[in-house]
Amino acid sequence: MSADRPLIRFDGVWKTYGRGEASVHALAGVSFSIDRGEFVAIMGPSGSGKSTAMNIVGCLDMPTGGRHGFLGADAGRLDRGRRATLRNRYIGFVFQGYNLLARTTAAENVELPLIYRGVPASERRQLAMQALAEVGLNGREHHTPAELSGGQQQRVAIARAIVTRPMLLVADEPTGNLDTARSHEIMDLLTRLNREFGLTVVMVTHEQDVAGYADRTIRFLDGHVASDTLNAEAA
Amino acid sequence: MLWETVRLALRSVRRNVLRSFLTLLGIVIGVAAVIAMLTIGSGTTEKVKSDIAQLGSNLLVVRAARPDRSGSTSFTPRRLDEKDVAGLVGGLTSARAVSAAAQSTVRVVFGAQNTAADVTGADLDYFVARDWGLAEGRLFTESEARGGTNVCVIGQTVRTLFFGAGDPDGQSIRVGKMSCRVIGVLESKGTSGFGQDQDNTVVMPLTTYQRRIVGRRNIDTIYVSAMDGVATSDVQEEMETILRETRRIAPGADDNFDVRDMTQIADAMASATATMTGMLGAVAGVSLLVGGIGIMNIMLVSVTERTREIGIRLAIGAHERHILVQFLVEATVLSLLGGLIGIAIGLALAGAASLALAIPFAPSPAVILLAVGFSALIGMVFGFFPALRGARLDPIVALRHE
Repeated sequence: MSADRPLIRFDGVWKTYGRGEASVHALAGVSFSIDRGEFVAIMGPSGSGKSTAMNIVGCLDMPTGGRHGFLGADAGRLDRGRRATLRNRYIGFVFQGYNLLARTTAAENVELPLIYRGVPASERRQLAMQALAEVGLNGREHHTPAELSGGQQQRVAIARAIVTRPMLLVADEPTGNLDTARSHEIMDLLTRLNREFGLTVVMVTHEQDVAGYADRTIRFLDGHVASDTLNAEAA
Repeated sequence: MLWETVRLALRSVRRNVLRSFLTLLGIVIGVAAVIAMLTIGSGTTEKVKSDIAQLGSNLLVVRAARPDRSGSTSFTPRRLDEKDVAGLVGGLTSARAVSAAAQSTVRVVFGAQNTAADVTGADLDYFVARDWGLAEGRLFTESEARGGTNVCVIGQTVRTLFFGAGDPDGQSIRVGKMSCRVIGVLESKGTSGFGQDQDNTVVMPLTTYQRRIVGRRNIDTIYVSAMDGVATSDVQEEMETILRETRRIAPGADDNFDVRDMTQIADAMASATATMTGMLGAVAGVSLLVGGIGIMNIMLVSVTERTREIGIRLAIGAHERHILVQFLVEATVLSLLGGLIGIAIGLALAGAASLALAIPFAPSPAVILLAVGFSALIGMVFGFFPALRGARLDPIVALRHE
């Protein structure tokens, strides 16, 4: 299942805000690696550094110390433009608050990453429709976010994340705004994408039953990895 | 990609119609003012130039100098007479036409109609010097001119007033106390640069005018038309030399006559008009600058409002330049839209003004293109800073923005 080398590799990663005595270490020497095709849940209380780690995994942020390897590259040393390219080519994002563009149809939202890739309009539309079908949103393509339920909006967001066929899906509390039934639907969808397409999923959550969908759980505490366990009974 | 961005920008403009309109207003007013000013200005210049052409080509006019009111005149006043005319006719080497003339305002009557017309007595060369052609009939002949026959040529205003659509040829009109036979009608010359209707005129042989209208051997004006390709200033110098001789003015004494170069006057008027136009245009240009600042202001608001959107776009792989171009195009679309509306309003204003002021409507494609280019440039220049600010946002911070 796993490739010859890990997809993501943290080697003693530090993230420090501020300087001198006022400095805060959001991450204090974090090391772990995630292989292709894994489904990993990241847990921990607020302030534990899990969101910071998540931002670095998603190439949105850079470590102040240590090494963040992504696809064998030293992603933490890349400039803004190169990191934007990495995000566009290999990473999809799903957020707690969906983060869809308002007054823009579901299909247009899903097309957005393709626009930045320079995919021609006709092909874009076709790929967007396909992605929306994969998340079970046929017939809703021309609805705006305001016309969709929370669960449906999150599906649009997932379609937007997978339309570029990324290697990695970064999900930040994807079920945080949903009720239990919707949460399980979304988690079933993520699990299916992981199983069927071999999509690597890294997900931050603070709900134990949501984390239970993953193969593995990394727990953060005070900027350190407190535990890193396989969820044997999952799936 | 670019088309995509333009569509996005248009959508964002439509989303805030009122705000977009108010932002546009600055550019609209600025461009409208510039276009109206320059169009009216070039119309005025054209009008002045055509007025000058109406006076006659390369026209120089001699009048007797008048004493000052204060009485401190340093020359001996003397009327123009036949000797001056003969001197100019014989002495000028590069004149196309020399004509003595006298004129006054006289009541002209035909049937129940009457008007106070400008009545001129002149030689045949008058029509050459003033570049004034016939519309109907004929001019008076040499023998009619010599003999002082009571024939006359009338202007368009007089013709319309007296005869309407009828045939004026051979009709008798009363000029002052004299009865006069109409033999021809002059072409229309319109209003002069000094606001006088040049077509409200009756022209007759000078001899007829002197004998029958004023009863004196009077010459008020000598019209001289220089040949083409000859500098009017050279002709003017020559004329002054000849006139000083015929009028026996001692060396060192002041001229008791006055030679005016109508071309020079015309050029001076045209350049004054152009300067005025330029200045007004520059003032209008300042309002364009103000409009640009308005665009910058609204784009800053727009970038702040859409911080989260920028964050989303950056997260899913937009590069800095994508965001930069997006907001730059939006600012440019805004100001270009304002520019186009401004051009329409400016042209409408200039059109109305040209009707009201009776000047030609002279829209210049170059000025319009310049206005389009300039308004787009303003959008880009004033949109750049806000767009750069948006593009440089940290995606994490932008995503957290409420």
